[in-house]
Amino acid sequence: MTREAAVEALDLVKHFGSTVAVDGVSFTIPKGSVLGLLGPNGAGKTTTLRMLTTLSVPTSGTGRVAGHDILQAPQAVRRNMGLTGQAATVDELLTGRENIRLIGRLYGLPMTYIRDVTDELLDRFSLTDAADRIAKTYSGGMRRRLDLAVSLVARPPVLFLDEPTTGLDPRSRAELWEVLRGLVRDGTTLLLTTQYLEEADQIADQIVVIDRGRVIASGTPTELKDRAGQASVVLTVSFAADLPRAELLLRTCSAEVRVDPAARRLVAQADGLEAMTRIGSAFAESGIAVDDLGLKRPSLDDVFLQLTGHRAESSEDEPDADVQPEEALR
Amino acid sequence: MTASYGSPVELERRTPLQQSLTVVWRNLIHIRRMPEMLLDVTIQPVMFVLLFAYVFGGSIAVAGSSYREFLLPGIMAQTMVFSAAVVAMGLTNDLEKGIVDRFKSLPISRSSVLVGRSISSLIHSSIGIVVMAVTGLIIGWRIRNGLVDGILGFVLLLIFGFSMIWLGIWVGSLMRSVEAVQGFMFTVMFPLTFVANTFAPTDNMPSWLRVVAEWNPVSALTAGCRQLWGNGAIADTSAQLPLRHPVVASLIWSVIFTAVFAPLALAAFRRRSQD
Repeated sequence: MTREAAVEALDLVKHFGSTVAVDGVSFTIPKGSVLGLLGPNGAGKTTTLRMLTTLSVPTSGTGRVAGHDILQAPQAVRRNMGLTGQAATVDELLTGRENIRLIGRLYGLPMTYIRDVTDELLDRFSLTDAADRIAKTYSGGMRRRLDLAVSLVARPPVLFLDEPTTGLDPRSRAELWEVLRGLVRDGTTLLLTTQYLEEADQIADQIVVIDRGRVIASGTPTELKDRAGQASVVLTVSFAADLPRAELLLRTCSAEVRVDPAARRLVAQADGLEAMTRIGSAFAESGIAVDDLGLKRPSLDDVFLQLTGHRAESSEDEPDADVQPEEALR
Repeated sequence: MTASYGSPVELERRTPLQQSLTVVWRNLIHIRRMPEMLLDVTIQPVMFVLLFAYVFGGSIAVAGSSYREFLLPGIMAQTMVFSAAVVAMGLTNDLEKGIVDRFKSLPISRSSVLVGRSISSLIHSSIGIVVMAVTGLIIGWRIRNGLVDGILGFVLLLIFGFSMIWLGIWVGSLMRSVEAVQGFMFTVMFPLTFVANTFAPTDNMPSWLRVVAEWNPVSALTAGCRQLWGNGAIADTSAQLPLRHPVVASLIWSVIFTAVFAPLALAAFRRRSQD
C-alpha cells in the first residue's frame, strides 16, 4: 500500500522493572484503515496503545501519530487522536451531555461548536433520550457509546480503542462495530486492541498478532487464515462400527485424515466446497450412515493456536482481564 | 454539521488556568450531585463541636476563655489538615476510574488536573469552615480582635490547607484505592490532630507528650487562630517555641510542608501517570 501512514509504531519497548511488557513492536497503519492488535491477556496490547497515545513513556523506540512523534510532539499527537480506554472512562456523576461538554471545553473548542457537536454525537450514538441523566444510570453498552462519543468530540483523524467491545452483549457489540465502520467510511483511522478473533476478522483491514510483547504475525485476516492451512471437511458417522470403513473411504479423497473415535468424527484436509461435495456423494454411494457433514475453514483462533502453541483466551467471563501495567508491577 | 471526520476542528487558545477551572467546574458538579461528599467537612465536624462542647466541655478548663471559644479554632484546624484526605480521595478515585488518563490524552496542560483538584478541595474545605463558623457563632464562639485579625485567621487556615494539598496529592498518587486512602487518613492523620492542643490544653499532658503535642504543626495552626481571634490566653514561657509564636510558626510549617511534599507529590504523580 502506498497510502500515507496515520500511525507508526517504531520498535516500541516497555519495561516495568524487570518485566518486559512490550519487546520491540513495530507496525504501520495507512490512513483511513483499521488495524486490529490481537493477543491474549498480558500480551502487551494495552501497553503498546498507552505508549502510542502518550499515556506511557516508552523505555525505547518511538511512534508517530498523524505524522507527529509521540516523544517530540506529544501535544500535537493528543490534538490528532481520540482514545477510548478499556474501562469506559466516563464521569459517572456527570450527565451524558456534560461528559461531552467537559471534554469539549478542555480541548478549547468554540462554545457554539460544542453545543452543536454534542447534540450530533448524542444523536449518532442513540443517547439523546438519556442525555440529561447521570452516566451512573447508563447500561454497559450506553457507557461505551458515550465514551466513544466523548473521544470524537474534536473529530480526531486517528482513533485508538482498547478492547472496545469487552463486556458487551452481542447486540451492543454489533451496534458498536457498525458505528466504527461508519467512522472508517468518514475517513478515520482506527487502531483497536482485541482478544476477540471474530472482532479483528470483522472490522480490521490488517491484523497484528502479539504475544509476550512481540509481534508474532501480521497481515490481512485472509492472509493469516491461509497460514493456518487449508479448509477441512468434518464428518460424523452414525455408528462407531463404520469408522474404519469411513476412514478408508476418506483416504481416497484426501491426503490427511484424522479420526476422533469418541465423537465418531473424521476430519479430512480438503480443498473447499468441491471436495466436500465429492466426499458427500462417495459416502452416499457407500451406504455408510452419516449424521453430519460440514466444511470448516480455519478461524483466527486456529491461526493463533498455530502461531503461539496456545489458545487465545476468551474474555467472556472476565471483562477487564487484560492486566493493567501498574497492577502487573506491584 | 458539515465538518468531516479525518481533520481536526480549529481550537481556541485556553490557558492552563482556564483548563483548571473547567476541572473545578466538573468537581463542583460532583459535590452538587452527591452532597454527602461534604459530610466529612459538615456534619462530622459539627458533631465534634457539639460533642466536645457539651460532653467534655464542662470538665476541661481553659485559661482566658470559655471552652467553646477554645474549641472552635481547634476543629477548624483539624478540618484544614483533612484537606489532604479530600484531595487524596478525589485524586485516587480519578486515577482508579481512568479519568486522569482521559484528561492526559487531551492536548491540555497536565498540571491542570492537579491544580483543578486542589482548588476544588480548598473550596470543599472552606465550605466546612463556613459551616463550623456558623455553628460556633450559634453556640457562643466569637472573634474578639476585630475584622482584620479575624480575616487573617481564615487566611492562615487557607495557607496551611494549601500546604496539606501537596501531602494529599502525594498520598493520592501512591495509594491504589480510595479505601486505602481512608485507612491511611484514619490511622495516621486522625490521631495526629488529637495529639495537639486542638481539643484540650497541653499543660496537663505528661511532659514528653506535651513536647510532642506542642511541636505538632496542628497545634501551631490552632494556637495561631486562637491568638488572631482572641480565643483564650497566649501560651506562657513554659510552652515550646512554636506555641509562643504560633502565627509565624504555622506559616513556617506551611512553607516546610510545601517544600517537602510538593516535589514528592509531583514525582509520585508523574511516576504513577507515566506507566
